[in-house]
Amino acid sequence: MRHALRILLVGAAVAAGGALLSAQLTIPEIQFDSAPEPLKLPDNIYMGEAAGVATNSKGDVFVYTRTGNPTITIGTARAVSHGGSRLFQFDRSGKFVREIGQGAYGLLQAQQVRVDRQDNVWIVDQMSTQVIKFDPNGRIQMILSRKPEAMRVPALPLTPLATGLPIVQTVDPPAGRGAPPPAAPAGGPLPGAGVDGESFQRPTDVAWDAACNIYVADGYGNARIAKYEPSGKYIKSWGSRGRGPGQFNIVHGIALDAQGNVYAADEGNRRVQVFDGDGTFKKQFLNVGTPTAICMTPGPRQSLYIAHTGDPDGMEDAAIYKVDLDGKLLGKFGRAGKLPKEFGIVNSIDCRNENELLVGELGNWRVQKLTLKPQAR
Amino acid sequence: MRRRLGLSILAAVLVAAPVGAQTKAKAENVPVIPHTSVPNFFKLPPDLYFGEGIGIATNSKGHVFVYHRSGDTRLFEFDQNGNYVREIGQGAYGIEFAHQVRVDAQDNIWVVDEGTNMVIKFNPEGRVMMVLGRRPEPVAGAFDSTLPPAPTEKYRFGRPTDITWDAQGNIFVSDGYVNSRVVKYDKNGRFIKSVGGARGSEPSQMNTPHSITSDAQGNIYVGDRGNARVQVFDNDLTLRAIYDNVGNPWAICISPGPHQYLFVSNSNPDANPAASWAITGEIYKMELDGTIIGKFGKAGKGLGEFSTVHEIDCRNPNELFVSEISAWRAQKILLTPQKPQTSSAAR
Repeated sequence: MRHALRILLVGAAVAAGGALLSAQLTIPEIQFDSAPEPLKLPDNIYMGEAAGVATNSKGDVFVYTRTGNPTITIGTARAVSHGGSRLFQFDRSGKFVREIGQGAYGLLQAQQVRVDRQDNVWIVDQMSTQVIKFDPNGRIQMILSRKPEAMRVPALPLTPLATGLPIVQTVDPPAGRGAPPPAAPAGGPLPGAGVDGESFQRPTDVAWDAACNIYVADGYGNARIAKYEPSGKYIKSWGSRGRGPGQFNIVHGIALDAQGNVYAADEGNRRVQVFDGDGTFKKQFLNVGTPTAICMTPGPRQSLYIAHTGDPDGMEDAAIYKVDLDGKLLGKFGRAGKLPKEFGIVNSIDCRNENELLVGELGNWRVQKLTLKPQAR
Repeated sequence: MRRRLGLSILAAVLVAAPVGAQTKAKAENVPVIPHTSVPNFFKLPPDLYFGEGIGIATNSKGHVFVYHRSGDTRLFEFDQNGNYVREIGQGAYGIEFAHQVRVDAQDNIWVVDEGTNMVIKFNPEGRVMMVLGRRPEPVAGAFDSTLPPAPTEKYRFGRPTDITWDAQGNIFVSDGYVNSRVVKYDKNGRFIKSVGGARGSEPSQMNTPHSITSDAQGNIYVGDRGNARVQVFDNDLTLRAIYDNVGNPWAICISPGPHQYLFVSNSNPDANPAASWAITGEIYKMELDGTIIGKFGKAGKGLGEFSTVHEIDCRNPNELFVSEISAWRAQKILLTPQKPQTSSAAR
C-alpha cells in the first residue's frame, strides 16, 4: 500500500521531467498457478540458487545454478578459483537431459543464462566476469572477457555504491544505496564506466538485437552496457555510476524489443531505463519496484515481465510485474516467501511463452513453472 | 544491510569460536548409569570414511543419519542395523562445514551448516524442500572474522548451530557462533521472533548457543555452552528456567514419549587438554524439570568413552546414538533402563 502510494508520488514528481509513468491506482492481480516439481533432477544432483533459467525454441530448459562448493586452491601462492556453478539442460517435460560445461574454466558464480534465436546458450558468470556462448550441442563458441587469473581473498570491496549486495534496500527518493554517487574525477573516465572493451566486472546479463549484435549488462563492478558485433568485436559501451539518465546503480538485467530498444533493469535506482540500440536514453519506468530480473515476450505485441525484490531476503516484499513497452502496468502477481507461488529473490524469468513462465529464484533454490491466467487486455 | 560473511571456501569457518573453558559440572554425588557401546555398529563401504562426527539423528524407521566433516562435509544414511544406505546432498549448495542434523516428526532431514550459514530441509527421499538463511556469495570474498558481528538479521544466520520444532511445526534455530540468539520461524520459514542477540551471560542472553531441543509442550531448551547452562524458554521464547549444574552443554536431546528425559553432554573440549579429561566428558540424564537422574561415560578414546560428543540422538532413551568430533566416529550406546521417577535423585 505504502509502495503504491510512493509510485504515485514519484510519478507526480517526475512527470514534468518527461519520464513515462502510469499512475494507476490499482494494479490488476494476474491469477496464476505454480506447477509442482517442474524440473526433475537425478538423485545425486541438487539444484542450488537458480540464478538463470531459459528455454530454447524446442522448449528445452536450461538452468544455470550456483551449486556445489566454490573452491579456491593454492597455485604459486595465489588463490585459484574452481567450480561452484553448473549448467543443466532439461527437456520440455522437465526431465533432466545433461550437464553442459562441466569443469569448464569460467563456471564459478552463476548469474544468468539466455538462449539466442539460433538456440545458442549463453551464460553470464559474475565471479569469472565472463559471458560464455555454447552452441546448441553444448560446445563453446565464444568467450567475452577474461577470468581473473587469481582471486583476492578477501575480495576488494567495490565502489561505495556497489557493495556487492544482490538486493538493494533503498530509501526515498528512489536513489539506490543511500550514498551519493561518487564525483567524476577531473579528466578521468566516469565512475563505473569500465575500460573500453570487454573486461567486465561482475556482469549480470546478455541480450541481442535482430542483427545479432550482443549487449552485456556490466554489472555490479562496472555500471554500463557494452555492445558487440555478432563476431564478438567490441563496438561501444554506455553508462556510468549514478542516478541520472543513462547512469546505473547495478544494472542487473537487460532485454531488447523487436525494434532494438534496450530495456535495462537499474536495480539500485529502482527503475527500468530504455535506450535505443546506440545507447541514447529514451525513457524510464519508475513503477516497477526494485527490478532484479527482466524478460521481453516475443510476438507482435510485446510486453515485459519484471521481477521486483524489495527486501534482501525475498521474505517480505516481492512480486512480478507485467508492463507494456510504454511502461503501463498491465498486472502483477505473486508475493514474497518460500511456498509455491511465492518468490524468494527472483533472478531470472523466461517468457518465451507469454503465459507460461519459468522463474529462477536465488533464495529458494528452485525454478517455478508458472501458468498465468490473465484477463483479456 | 551489511555484507557480513563471505567466502566460506577457505578456513574462515575454522577460526576458533570463543569457547569458554570447559568446566566441571557443579552437580555432585550423581549416580552412575551403567552403559555399553555396541562395537562396530556403523558399517561403511571400504572407500568411505567418517570425519569428525558432528551430527547424528534417527528417523521413525530407525535409520541413522550422520552429518560429518570428512574430506568434504557429507551426510550419510544407515539402516537400523548400521548398514550404509546412501549419501544425501552430495554437491548441494550449502553443504560445506557440518554442524548438526535433526529429523522432524515427518521424517524430514534437516542439516545445519555453519560453513554456509544455511539450514537445509531434505524430505525423506533426500530432495531439498526448503532452505533457511543464505550462503554468502563467493564473489564477495571472505569476511574478516575478527570484526565484531554485524546486527542480527531476520533471515540470515551467523554460523548457526542447531534446530528444533514444536508440535505445530514452528522452527527454532540456535544461531550460533557469531550471533547469540534463538530464532523462531513458522513452518513456512517466516520469521516470528527471536531471543538473545548480543553475547552475554545475563538470563536470556547467550554465549554460543550450541544445541537446541524441545519438549512435547513446545518449551525450548538451549544448550548455552559458553555460559555452562541450559536455558529453558516457553514457546514464545520467554525464559522459564536455567539449569547450571551439568557443565558446558555441547549437545542436548529430549526423548519422546509420555515420560520425556533430557540428556545433556558436558563434552570434553575438542582440543583435548590433558586436565579436561578428569572433569568432563560425561552425559547427564535428567527430568525435564532439571532433576538429575544419573550420568554415564567419561572423556576418552576407547569404546564407550566419549571424545567430544557433538550430538546425541535419544529417540529411544535407552538406545542412544552419539557422534564425536575428536574420534571421527559415532557410537550406539545402550543404557541400563532406569526405574521411572526416583525420588531420591540428586539435584
